[in-house]
Amino acid sequence: MLRKYRIALGAAFFLGITLLLLDVSGLLHRFLGWMPKVQLLPAILALNVVVVVLLVLLTLVFGRIYCSVICPLGVFQDAVAHFGRRHKRNRYTYSRPQVWLRYGVLAVFIALLLLGLTGIAALLAPYSTYARFVTHLFQPIWGLANNGAAAVADGVGSYAVSGTDIVFWGWLPLVVALVPFLLISVLAWRNGRTWCNTVCPVGTMLGVLSRFAWLKVRFDADKCRNCSLCTRNCKAACIDYKTHTVDYTRCVACGNCLGACKHGALTYSPPSAAKASPLPEDRTEGELSRRSFLISTAALATVALAQEAKKVDGGLAVIEDKVAPKRQTPITPPGSFSARNMQQHCTSCQLCISECPNKVLRPSTDLTRFMQPEMGYEHGYCRPECSRCSQVCPTGAICKILPPQKTAIQIGHAVWLKKNCLPLTDGVQCGNCARHCPTGSITMVSYDPQDDTSPKVPAVDAETCIGCGACENLCPARPFSAIFVEGHEVHRSI
Amino acid sequence: MAKDIQRRDFLKRFGAGMAATAAALVACKRSESTQAVEEYKQQQEPPTDKMTYRLNPKTQEKVSLLGYGMMRLPTTDGGSARGSEAPIDQEQVNRLVDYALEHGVNYFDTSPAYCRGESETATGIALSRHPRNSYFIATKLSNFNEQTWSRKASIEMFENSLRALRTDYIDYYLLHGCGMGGMEAYKGRYEDNGMLDWCIEQRRRGRIRNLGFSYHGDIAVFDYLLSRHDEVHWDFVQIELNYLDWDYANEINERNTDARYLYGELQKRGIPSVIMEPLLGGRLANVPQYLVEEMKRRDPEASVASWAFRYAGTPEGVLTVLSGMTFMEHLKDNLLSYCPLRPVTKEEETFLYDVARQIVDVELIPCNDCKYCMPCPYGVDIPGVFVHYNKVKNQGRLPLDAQSPEYRRLRREYLVGQDRSVPRLRQAAHCIGCGQCKPHCPQNIDIPTELHRIDAFAEKVRQDSHGKMV
Repeated sequence: MLRKYRIALGAAFFLGITLLLLDVSGLLHRFLGWMPKVQLLPAILALNVVVVVLLVLLTLVFGRIYCSVICPLGVFQDAVAHFGRRHKRNRYTYSRPQVWLRYGVLAVFIALLLLGLTGIAALLAPYSTYARFVTHLFQPIWGLANNGAAAVADGVGSYAVSGTDIVFWGWLPLVVALVPFLLISVLAWRNGRTWCNTVCPVGTMLGVLSRFAWLKVRFDADKCRNCSLCTRNCKAACIDYKTHTVDYTRCVACGNCLGACKHGALTYSPPSAAKASPLPEDRTEGELSRRSFLISTAALATVALAQEAKKVDGGLAVIEDKVAPKRQTPITPPGSFSARNMQQHCTSCQLCISECPNKVLRPSTDLTRFMQPEMGYEHGYCRPECSRCSQVCPTGAICKILPPQKTAIQIGHAVWLKKNCLPLTDGVQCGNCARHCPTGSITMVSYDPQDDTSPKVPAVDAETCIGCGACENLCPARPFSAIFVEGHEVHRSI
Repeated sequence: MAKDIQRRDFLKRFGAGMAATAAALVACKRSESTQAVEEYKQQQEPPTDKMTYRLNPKTQEKVSLLGYGMMRLPTTDGGSARGSEAPIDQEQVNRLVDYALEHGVNYFDTSPAYCRGESETATGIALSRHPRNSYFIATKLSNFNEQTWSRKASIEMFENSLRALRTDYIDYYLLHGCGMGGMEAYKGRYEDNGMLDWCIEQRRRGRIRNLGFSYHGDIAVFDYLLSRHDEVHWDFVQIELNYLDWDYANEINERNTDARYLYGELQKRGIPSVIMEPLLGGRLANVPQYLVEEMKRRDPEASVASWAFRYAGTPEGVLTVLSGMTFMEHLKDNLLSYCPLRPVTKEEETFLYDVARQIVDVELIPCNDCKYCMPCPYGVDIPGVFVHYNKVKNQGRLPLDAQSPEYRRLRREYLVGQDRSVPRLRQAAHCIGCGQCKPHCPQNIDIPTELHRIDAFAEKVRQDSHGKMV
């Protein structure tokens, strides 16, 4: 019974979150937007007391059911383990808890959060780790499929599916997603929930609580025949049939053991029947520290960015790709209040990045904001009618705002770069920045104030400029725009 | 049991049917079946001996009413040299030219500028496979590149045309695009360098058999050239004429002149007219759906384009009607319109003017997708933007009324359709207004202004999302 419900609910959460992350249409977050918001770490970062209290209560009643149902990385491992186990039944063994590793990782994790290095800490967080798999590994494939469907729709005159741009954000995000993907997949394929019970800081936190859970898997030593089937079916490796003990810090309440036991010795039940048993403790790190070493080196590895030249058809001038300028202050999306708020609250789950319809948001490669979103205007600009990132953010890193509010939030200001400006370099009329400025903050003025016939160049009113990047994106100067946005550390309202 | 009977019954009937069909097939012998095939063929295949010809009053030569415009020759990638960068499909050109000649077409119009400069050569190759006296060649002293405006370069252009066309005389030689860029451009191109006099001299020497000009744009140039008729003796003039331009040319564009005036002036002087743009760049083949239905009701078997061709060919002063045909289907359809010509009746003419009125009311941007404005140095796909906008407007599907229940669907259609027809980087938002395209437009469209207008419209539609995302 427990197992069936667990599988059904887990699958629903898993598919929901995956679809939300893949979605290019921008429609699903209305229905699925709540799913990331009930993830533990995002809720803690968002100071969402209601969700945190509910999750604590859930764990105190049912044990670590969170890890079996709500956490997409947990369900992902179950799915991988399911395929890994197909050839070999009853293959798991009991292992002793890696107490030092678990609590050590948790301590480092909390320290990183307290230091404000949320971006680094989030590399260990389960939900955002899974979200990075989807965004950087699966979404490009989904995008291709979507564009295939759009081409078919075009062929039959339908407008139901629209094409999307597939942007490659560089090797670093790819590696940051791919290495944990391979590592966790291999661990899960071989030994089930190893990651959850040795590394995952959320798992460790919930493990502390689940020791006191009301409902637990309990042994009836009298009925047990020591057949070991429960141990060999426990993907959390937490049942020791010899001593008739279950390590409740690691048990994710999956219910597999209940069905495996032929003698009814195991029950998922309230405390009346059995008595608690002391936890066996041990201090072996060995192989596992090697694994975590692998993770950290992969995370630190840097790979050069490859810029691909775009081929165009004839009869049309070749358009050079834009290159992002080196900004003194990175730009964060409206609703994030400040660079600091973003840095402290974001778990870098990439949901905003995958939602952004204009390809403005991308993962940062700066170590203090690692994989957290920042803005750039080479592919598009922050359009006035859109506030999708703020609608989906589960952590409060980008607080919910509506488009009308957004147009009054100054996230940066435009800076004019004389040496690239076309009226001066090519001697043509332009004014494309002024024509598209949604706040009318750009005026075209004579380059030589004494001479009305001199070229007209843009003058920016930095007080009313909101930093949306329309000017930078639509500036004809390439690869570097003649006008670009410099971020504000703290957003202001105008 | 019931099922069984049904099956048996079916088999019986089926068998009987088969037998009857076989009997009928045998009985009808050859005559009836060949008649059906014949009828079908007449509807689809133009006859070889029915072409309508007009007489050139000077030379008394018979010119086919359908003239072959060599500006949209087929390319090896299955497109036309107007849009594609692929090389010209010479084999296909040969086939088309052979077919055209075989069906009575004898007027071939090219220019050193067409098909990225390859048209004359391709035309020369195709035509030189036939006796020189079986066709007339028209080509032009083109005005596209100011570097060719010197006397030396102009004469070189003429000699080049002879070489490329593999001939030692040109039947119909035109001063190309007189009126584009106004009087100043005309004088600079054709008079200040003495080229008009040089052409007259070549005509005297027989290297040019008929001298004329093609007219676009500034009416002052047209009037000026006709005022010199007594001295120059224009043998023909090429003008834009179709049922829309007849009365509404200046409604599409205020700087255009109604064909009624142009043709009338030529008739007064007895100068034969060569007609270009009988379809107005394809727009008259692609009219709004409700007008298509109207036309089909009157003549279910005739194509929409055939109305325009019949119209353009009806006036007696028309020597030939040019059509830039890329595909065999175009050629056959046009041949069907002129083999022989069924002149439009007074009643049909009124109907066509009514159609024209309705097209003008839709007020499209008069872009013919000729691509003279391209490439835009900043990468904008100018005709692409206009074609998409016109298409949507033509269908009456612009998202104009935000209160309408259809608005959301139309909005999505417009925005998705826009991204499909033109990549974002080449859309109107990227027009900086430098104006370099403007002098190249034969329709005198104020391109930057129109692009900015379309951009502002698209921007408004985009922002008007009512909280819904596209």
